[in-house]
Parts: sequence; structure tokens; C-alpha cells
Amino acid sequence: MAEDRNPIVQVKHLKQYFNIGKANEVKAVDDVSFNIYEGETFGLVGESGSGKSTTGRSIIRLYKPTSGQILFRGEDISKLKNRSPKMKKFRSEMQMIFQDPYASLNPRMKVKDIIAEGLDIHGLAKNDDERTQRVEELLDMVHLNPEHMTRYPYEFSGGQRQRIGIARALAVDPQFIIADEPISALDVSIQAQVVNLLQDIQRDRGLTYMFIAHDLSMVKYISDRIAVMYAGKIVELADADEIYNNPLHPYTQSLLSAIPVPDPEIEKTRERIDFDHSRHFNDQQRFQEVQPGHFLYCDDQTAAKFK
Amino acid sequence: MERILDVKNLHVDFKTYNGTVHAIRGVDFHLNDGETLAIVGESGSGKSVTVRSVLRLLAKNASISQGEVLYHGEDLLKKSEKEMDNLRGNKISMIFQDPMTSLDPTMTIGKQVAEPLLIHNKVSKADALKRAEEVLRLVGIPNPKARMKDYPHQFSGGQRQRIVIAIAIVDYPEILIADEPTTALDVTVQAQIIDLLRELQQKIGTSIIFITHDLGVVAGIADRVAVMYAGKFVEYGSVDEVFYDPQHPYTWGLLDSMPTLNTSEQDRLNSIPGTPPNLLNPPTGDAFAPRNAYALQIDTEQQPPFFKVTKTHYAATWLLHPDAPKVTPPVSIQQRFKKYQAWLEGDVK
Repeated sequence: MAEDRNPIVQVKHLKQYFNIGKANEVKAVDDVSFNIYEGETFGLVGESGSGKSTTGRSIIRLYKPTSGQILFRGEDISKLKNRSPKMKKFRSEMQMIFQDPYASLNPRMKVKDIIAEGLDIHGLAKNDDERTQRVEELLDMVHLNPEHMTRYPYEFSGGQRQRIGIARALAVDPQFIIADEPISALDVSIQAQVVNLLQDIQRDRGLTYMFIAHDLSMVKYISDRIAVMYAGKIVELADADEIYNNPLHPYTQSLLSAIPVPDPEIEKTRERIDFDHSRHFNDQQRFQEVQPGHFLYCDDQTAAKFK
Repeated sequence: MERILDVKNLHVDFKTYNGTVHAIRGVDFHLNDGETLAIVGESGSGKSVTVRSVLRLLAKNASISQGEVLYHGEDLLKKSEKEMDNLRGNKISMIFQDPMTSLDPTMTIGKQVAEPLLIHNKVSKADALKRAEEVLRLVGIPNPKARMKDYPHQFSGGQRQRIVIAIAIVDYPEILIADEPTTALDVTVQAQIIDLLRELQQKIGTSIIFITHDLGVVAGIADRVAVMYAGKFVEYGSVDEVFYDPQHPYTWGLLDSMPTLNTSEQDRLNSIPGTPPNLLNPPTGDAFAPRNAYALQIDTEQQPPFFKVTKTHYAATWLLHPDAPKVTPPVSIQQRFKKYQAWLEGDVK
């Protein structure tokens, strides 16, 4: 089981609120705890506004958490100051791949400089030759032509841009990568290319991934374990197969019943399960392990039923 | 079945600084009364341009260089702009992808839903608002009477898409064109919107053209499917024919590159290599040939015509030519064939 393995990231009671104390206060992430183990792919799914991207962004410290702890290899990073040496080191160990390959690359920078920016900041290339060589290696790794390094982002297609984003993330040799909807802006025929690439790189370099997405069939395919998020809370967490074969939370059940499958026979006979927010949440509930490795946000009575 | 729309040999060009882009390169299709036709394809394949041509809602630099769009036998391309105005949003209406940008943020939703009636039918304002209320109830907006006074920002994304649908159907159009109506929505909301469209089709008898890149959605809503690639249709047929007996390697590639819930992590995903061609200089042969593992020599030289598979199913691939070599499609496609065979035999018994 995953529990025997080393956690690379431990999230403990993470809360990320916005507009605190004002009328429009938002509890984007509301007391969330989970571990991500070395070498695994941890899938985080949920609908827009569920807090899945915010969770990713808090872990990589694009936000300062309201409360709670984020441990990276046992060290608390939730209170590190921006620009502190420790923070800088941490930033090279954890990287992010963003959703929109059109918005996440600076249009005025050459591909070479986009990819090498991390090398420059962390002083990882001694001279220009080494820098160029490194960029060549990285482009090669993501199956782009190294000769194209002097081009600008607009000269590339969406799938190619996402590869550039992946090369940029890999430049500083990270151990952990958060991929926030890395394929949802891409066409179906291109999605598989990028997913295969991410998996090859993971295998070659022993990386750990957190894969944030709303496309459930792709998440099931790529993830070892999956957490389902709803309204700022993780409502269920288990092995990928377990989540799909034995969903316990009504929201997970509803979500699974809504995934369209490219098979008319299944679609014509599909029964969707509705989910009523007001009926399924109350303050008696907490996030607890109900079966080995299977966590559920529920009250103690419900938990007892599954144990 | 009556054909209410018949598009013949449509060609659309876009003038750009780099030259002329041949976005649509000869498209033929028809829409039967009461059916849902899904058009699938990647971004840039020309599916949106195809349906916008029907309503003549193209960008300024676009021109329809050839073709006919017959609506009840009359060519819409020959109509005056004023005649088109009488059709748009009335006989033929359209739902756009993004519910955030297709509503006017400064106008109450009651007024927005009533607007097509006031423009086309010259009914009284009170009657139009009454009808708007009925339609909002029909699309599932709770408490429509009160909410008609609200503005778009006061609704969620799914509700806004319902309002956009309400505007499109308020005049009970004969044809509803839905351009990726669920792409911006979450899966649970997407499921509700698809159910809603199906229900509305039964209630008001509209024929639907549904554009999407999501084959899962197509499987759930379409009666017939057309697959588009690089400005041409490559395969069309009934939903069962296209999903269980696909003939074009591009259709194979699309179906094969999606993981099913049974695909395990050890299996590698089958991707289609490469990217679609640049339509500034469309290739002389089959546009899909450079990405096609099953391409024949002739594919690089000559565009394949449509070959008949059944009387409703056609595919433009040289593999269907009697002299073509037999090829073995991807495993997942063979499984689809088997399922279909078993079915057909079951039907005979």
C-alpha cells in the first residue's frame, strides 16, 4: 500500500481563504489534508470553483496559506518568505505546468530564453554554451526540434506550446510537478501525445506528479490515487480503481455518472445520479479513513457502515 | 424523412496577411427533420465555419466562394441581408460556446429572452415577456418570474447557458445550431444541458446541428455523425455506424486516443502523431495522409472520394477502394467492430 512509501508532500489542515473578514469572503480551500507519495501520480478532480487549482497553487506557494501546514520532504514550507534562500531552493524542487499554453508563455521571449529562465535564476548553467546545450537537451526530451529554440511562442501549435511549458518546468530538475489541467486546452488527438510524454518523463526521471483535471477518464488513466474535491473540501480519496469501482461519496457517484463515454449504447442507457448539496453536508462530518487507503468526508455513523 | 437543410459543395476562404486560407474545401451535408446531427473535429477543422456559413455569420475577411445552402429548397446564399435577418434567431437559431460572452451584461435576462420575439413577431411587450417567462421555466430556471429582472452576472455558468438556450428557442426555431454548447461547463452541468436539449427537441420538434470535439457527448446526443478534418468531411453515418463500424483512419485515431475507464495505466495511449495541415497551402492528396499510419501511396497524390459503406454511411478513404490492401485497424476499433457484428447478428435472430 501507498502508506509504506515516503510522502514527498504532506498537506495538513490547509485553509486558503480570500477576502478574509469581508462580505465576499471565499473559503476556496477549507481544511484539506492529504499526502502525496514519492513516485506516484496524485490526481485531483472537481468542478470549476471546487478549489482544486487553488490547492495546487497553495502547495507551490503562489499563495500564502491562511492556515495549516504544507510539508515538502518533511520541511514546513507554508511559512517560508518569498525570496528567502530556502524558498528559492524549494522553487527549484517543485514546478508547475499550466493549463493554457497560449497564456503561460511570454510572447516576447524566445523559446530558448523561456526555457532557460529557470537555469538563469538558479545559476544552473556556467556559461552560454552550457545554457544552450541544456536547452537543446530539454527540447529533445519533449520531442521538439532543438533548431527551433530561437523562435517565438506564436510560431508553435497548442500541443507544441504545452511541450515548451513542460521543458521549462523540467529545466531546473524538479522532483515534484504540479500539472494544472495540462491537456484541457488541447485537441483530443494531441492530448494523448502530451499525456504519453508526461508519463515517459515520469518513468525516466522518477518524478512525482500532482495532476489537476476535470476530465475524469484521463485522470483515471494517469493517476495512482485520486482525490475528489467539492466546495473547498476533499470529499473522497482512494486508489484510482477503487474510486471508480467503489465510489462511496454521493458527489463522487454523481460525478462518475456524468462522464460521457464514446459509446452510444452506454450513453443511451445511462442513468445519471443527481447530487443535492444541502442534503449531503453537515457539521458532523469529517475526513476519515473508512477502509484501508479509502478516505471519505462523512459523519462517524456513515463511516461505521463502511468499516 | 424531409431534408430541411441541404448544404452542397460549400467552399469558404479567409483572406489573411499571409495569403488565402481555404478553411472549407467542399462540404456536403443535409439535416433531416427532427434529427440531431453532430459534427466532430479538432479546432481549426472548420466545423464552426461550416455552420456559421449556414447563417452567413462569417468574419469580414471570409467569403463563401462556392456552394449552396438550401433551406426548404431555397438557397440562403442568394438571400438579401434583410431576408437573412428574418430567419436568424427565428427559423434558424444558434447557441454559442461561451455563455459568459454571448449575453449582454447590461440588460436583464427577461428582456434578452424576449428580444427575438419583439424583433421578429411584433408582439406586444407584455406578451413577449410572458413567453420569455414560459421559456425560462422550460429550460429549468427556478422562479423565472422574479429572476427575469436579474442580470447575467447573477447566474451561474450552467444557468447562463440555459438562458442562452432560452433565447435561441424562444421563437421555436426549426433548426437549432449548437456550437460547443457544453465545452465551457463542468461534466455534471454538461449532462444537465444535454438532457435539456434532448427534452426540448421532443417538446418543440426542433432539428439540431451539434458541434463538439467530445466524442463522449456525441455518443449521447446524436442521431447521425459527421467527422471533419482539415476543411472536409472524412466520414459520416448514423451514430452506431460511426462509433461501431468506423472506416476512416482519422475516426479510428480519434476513438483510439481516448482512454476508456477500462484503459489501465500500463497501456500506452495511442496518439495521432503530428499536427493538422496548414490550410494556406492545402495538400494535394488526402490531408490526413502525413499523420496516417495506414496511408497508401495514392493518399499523397489524390484526394479520396467518398466510398459508400451502407446507404447512410460514407467514408473518404482509399482503404475502401476495391483494390486497396486489407489493413488491421487498432485493437480498440476491432473490439468496436465485434460488438457491432454481435449486435447485427442478434437483430437477425
